Amino acid sequence: MTTAPYLIVIGGSAGGLQPVLHLLPALNASINAAIIIVLHRPSHYESLLTDLLSTRSVLPVKEAPEKEPLLPGVVYIAPADYHLLIERDHTLSLDASEKVNFSRPSIDVTFSSAALAYRNNMAAILLSGANNDGVEGLTDVHEAGGTTAVQDPATAEVDYMPRHAIEQAPVDIVLQPSEMAAFINEMGGI
Amino acid sequence: MSKYPISEQEVNVLLNDVWERYGYDFTEYAPASINRRVNHLFQMDRFPSFAEYRYRIISDPGYAMRFVEEITVNVTEMFRDPSFYQVLRTHVLPVLATYPFIRVWHAGCSTGEEVYSVAILLKEAGLLQKSVIYATDINVSVLEKGRKGLFRLSQMQQYSRNYMEAGGREDFSSYYTANYEYAKFREDLGEKIIFSPHNLVTDGSFNEFQLIICRNVLIYFNKKLQDRVLTLFSDSLEQLGFLALGSKETLSFTSVTRKFRQLDNREKIWRKMQL
Repeated sequence: MTTAPYLIVIGGSAGGLQPVLHLLPALNASINAAIIIVLHRPSHYESLLTDLLSTRSVLPVKEAPEKEPLLPGVVYIAPADYHLLIERDHTLSLDASEKVNFSRPSIDVTFSSAALAYRNNMAAILLSGANNDGVEGLTDVHEAGGTTAVQDPATAEVDYMPRHAIEQAPVDIVLQPSEMAAFINEMGGI
Repeated sequence: MSKYPISEQEVNVLLNDVWERYGYDFTEYAPASINRRVNHLFQMDRFPSFAEYRYRIISDPGYAMRFVEEITVNVTEMFRDPSFYQVLRTHVLPVLATYPFIRVWHAGCSTGEEVYSVAILLKEAGLLQKSVIYATDINVSVLEKGRKGLFRLSQMQQYSRNYMEAGGREDFSSYYTANYEYAKFREDLGEKIIFSPHNLVTDGSFNEFQLIICRNVLIYFNKKLQDRVLTLFSDSLEQLGFLALGSKETLSFTSVTRKFRQLDNREKIWRKMQL
């Protein structure tokens, strides 16, 4: 089994769900990349989130399974209450350690470990949110040669996170929610 | 500054040092998490260079213990995943009740919050008197905490909520007395718990059990080590014994799958069907 040659990681906090719901239906079914979504939310909404995103997506959506390989054309959701890390061999690892930026899953943790595993073959997109999670991770992605994108703060329900990312991290592109699916498809070789 | 100043090769050098000098083998842990924690400790303790970090680990056994404690994860809570404890109460304890003597192994128990949760369930089922819980961990200092039965008072509201969600009917606060910022759990709960060091990577089986609980430990191991530890658990279980794992862990696609059948619900509890 060949793992996904390219990875797109999307991180969002407060207000991050809307752009995700917007972009999922427009993804191309033959995309040659794996997609990971890390969203902050209370642990109770666990299965609801995966179900909700499934109904909007042409690609299969599933909760990131421990130690399984990242496959192209699959959308993986970081489970509530676990950090999601990417191994060098492109498999998924879960980690129940301390919260980072008051968050578990933490966007920084996934961005940074993905950067180590996928180097320049990845893109990270940071969405709406009210905290700083993901900003440092964007820097790691950029330093490893990956592409960094941020939701246009003007379109974000809570602009704190994308605004800080633009001020503090090397951001390659600022995206409208309506442009995100096309960006992801293009990165995934469509 | 990058969150990973220490390269993966350097991390491997440190893990080999700790293995050769102190006997703790982390070389089969899943690399992403261990890599992150080794780097985090390097930054937290403000080492100016990899060489100084390595020198401190090699030359200072006290610091090496800190290294072992910090790169392993010790995040835990009482009645974590309440629905799991609910099923333990309704589907597993009634079976254990039929045995004259109950032996439980709680592997990777950390500071003991989940061990005391199991002790409370056994107590409420009237089974604690005929039970022994072997609570083990690689990390000696967390065992010492567990032995004391002292947990942060500030957590009790959350734990009490978990307890009720898990089907608890008693007044949760009757199980402890408040002592400054700590809750001291009742002696009769701790009496049946034996806290003892055990390393899942290097140590073998030490008894036969009817229930083995090992939650959120296997996620830190690579596939090969997971398989080996699951075989150890399988070999340490009696026929029809129960194996309970963390909510994201599974026996599927492992070498022991055929020997077990998962209980008929969504919780991660399996029953050993063949020896």
